[in-house]
Amino acid sequence: MLAFIGRRLLIAIPTVFIISVFVFLLQKLLPGDPVLALAGEDRDPATLEALREMYHLNEPLIVQYFYWIGAVLQGDLGMSLRTNQPVTSLILEKLPVTFQLAVMALIFAVGIGVPMGILSAVYKGSWLDYIANFVALSGLSIPNFWLGILLILLVSVNLGWLPASGYRPFTVDPVRSIETMLMPAFVLGTALAATLMRHTRSAMLTVLKSDYVRTARAKGLRERVVIMKHALRNALVPVVTVSALLFGELLAGAVLTEQIFTIPGFGKLVVDAVFNRDYAVVQGIVLVTSVGFILMNLLADTAYMILNPRMRDQK
Amino acid sequence: MSTVVSAPAPRMQPQAGEVQPQIEKLPPRRSRVWEKLRRRPSALFGAVLVGTFVILAIAAPILPIPPPAQGDWGAIRVAPSLDHPLGTDQNGRDLLSRMIWGAQASLLAGVVSVVIAVLAGVPLGVIAGWRGGWTDATISRITEALLAVPFLILAIAFAAFLGPSLTNAMIAIGLSATPIFIRLARGQTLAVKTEDYVESARAAGVGQMSILWRYILPNIAPPIIVQATLTVATAIIAEASLSFLGLGQQPPAPSWGAMLNTAKNFMEQAPWMAMWPGAAIFLVVLGFNLFGDGLRDALDPRES
Repeated sequence: MLAFIGRRLLIAIPTVFIISVFVFLLQKLLPGDPVLALAGEDRDPATLEALREMYHLNEPLIVQYFYWIGAVLQGDLGMSLRTNQPVTSLILEKLPVTFQLAVMALIFAVGIGVPMGILSAVYKGSWLDYIANFVALSGLSIPNFWLGILLILLVSVNLGWLPASGYRPFTVDPVRSIETMLMPAFVLGTALAATLMRHTRSAMLTVLKSDYVRTARAKGLRERVVIMKHALRNALVPVVTVSALLFGELLAGAVLTEQIFTIPGFGKLVVDAVFNRDYAVVQGIVLVTSVGFILMNLLADTAYMILNPRMRDQK
Repeated sequence: MSTVVSAPAPRMQPQAGEVQPQIEKLPPRRSRVWEKLRRRPSALFGAVLVGTFVILAIAAPILPIPPPAQGDWGAIRVAPSLDHPLGTDQNGRDLLSRMIWGAQASLLAGVVSVVIAVLAGVPLGVIAGWRGGWTDATISRITEALLAVPFLILAIAFAAFLGPSLTNAMIAIGLSATPIFIRLARGQTLAVKTEDYVESARAAGVGQMSILWRYILPNIAPPIIVQATLTVATAIIAEASLSFLGLGQQPPAPSWGAMLNTAKNFMEQAPWMAMWPGAAIFLVVLGFNLFGDGLRDALDPRES
């Protein structure tokens, strides 16, 4: 088990290395001299030269990369040009907010997607299956920022049930915090629910055809027991791993959702950084999300090992 | 490897003057695919949805609608009426006109970015699968690394560093979607290259480029076409998202994403402004998804 995780971590190293090179090169795409932006009004050649020296911009690209990655490995992602705060602390500050959104979204996604998948597999070919499939495809096709706008129109503007913005941290005001997160989490959760529904459905269909389900039926077990105890347990294995892999989608979806509901999280940070031309923040976020995604992949593989006894014995 | 993905039957072109053996009596593949597609109402519905928007987008210049950027200060945020069937926006511009012209931007962005992704990704994937060894290892590692960055975040990063414009949004989305096609083309090439007809072409001394062009490419095309159709759907949402964030089409040029961004500020006064662009994105994307799903089933040789 540990050997497996260790091996997977080793495989992840080159991937992380390539991502870091890519993120480093991103800033080289920028037109113009970065020093001019740093210097602001001061165009004194001596100042510019000093800045160049300070940021190692006179060195060859490869040396610059090593300076940069050396700092990154020590947790230093650079400074935000806008707020003059370290990028690392900015990201750490916003992460809990997005984490709360992601967890609540996942609850919606699993709560809607898995039962829908089970029902449409059990009643395959019926109108229920047909509707569930159509709803899932619609969930995948609806732009989630539009769904957000529609919900605000309906729930906040017309019905006045939930606030459209005004997020408070969970630790400060838990009720308000959950209230303001309900709609965004639902919006974010629906797209994932659609994916989960499709995976649950196909996993259930495979399992329902298996011998042990037939045996369970043959020995006279009630259908409900067969489905919930024998089939579902096995069908859920791939579903669990898919949930972990949806992490990337969650983060990307959070960018737009947070924008609409003005939630001060990770996604809002990216968008603000893009508009303030705060490139160090954009770089830091790309790096952190990618590494996070790779870790989630690892977690998914490990979960798969633990849930599937047949995999556990394999070396 | 060849058992993982079932490659469709090879298309061997008979040489001129060759005697044709009389064994094949199946209808040509293209018409079989068409037959299967026609029997799927959802795929047809998808095609009709996409077709409608394509026609509207192409016909935009000749339709009897006001210019999309022409404002009317006497008709600001007018609710849908006879003069303005979809209402007007905060500058008094006709929303129907802006919707139709916006279709051009959305469809163009969706198609062009996927063309970029296919043109960049498929050759790389085929080379990786065909050559193997170090070439494959290098291309595959880079692909995996790029796949680890969430699609939209990657596109936002590219768009941010390239600068906001519709062209750059297309490039950003195209580059972000490239790894999907590298991986797919590589896997398909690996499956096809061990097939007998490739072996025999090689044995017969057919040149490498010729094998890739005449035997590999036609046989890996179906799954790539399906993926491309579905990726157009993703790309349209991505373009709308970038434009919504201000990283795509720049005002006053009309784009659905940008229209939604403006509409967000007038939700209470002019809710219709938010209805149309979102509904249009939804319908076009749904159309591509339905058609792509249908195409996948129709091209799958295991489905009868």
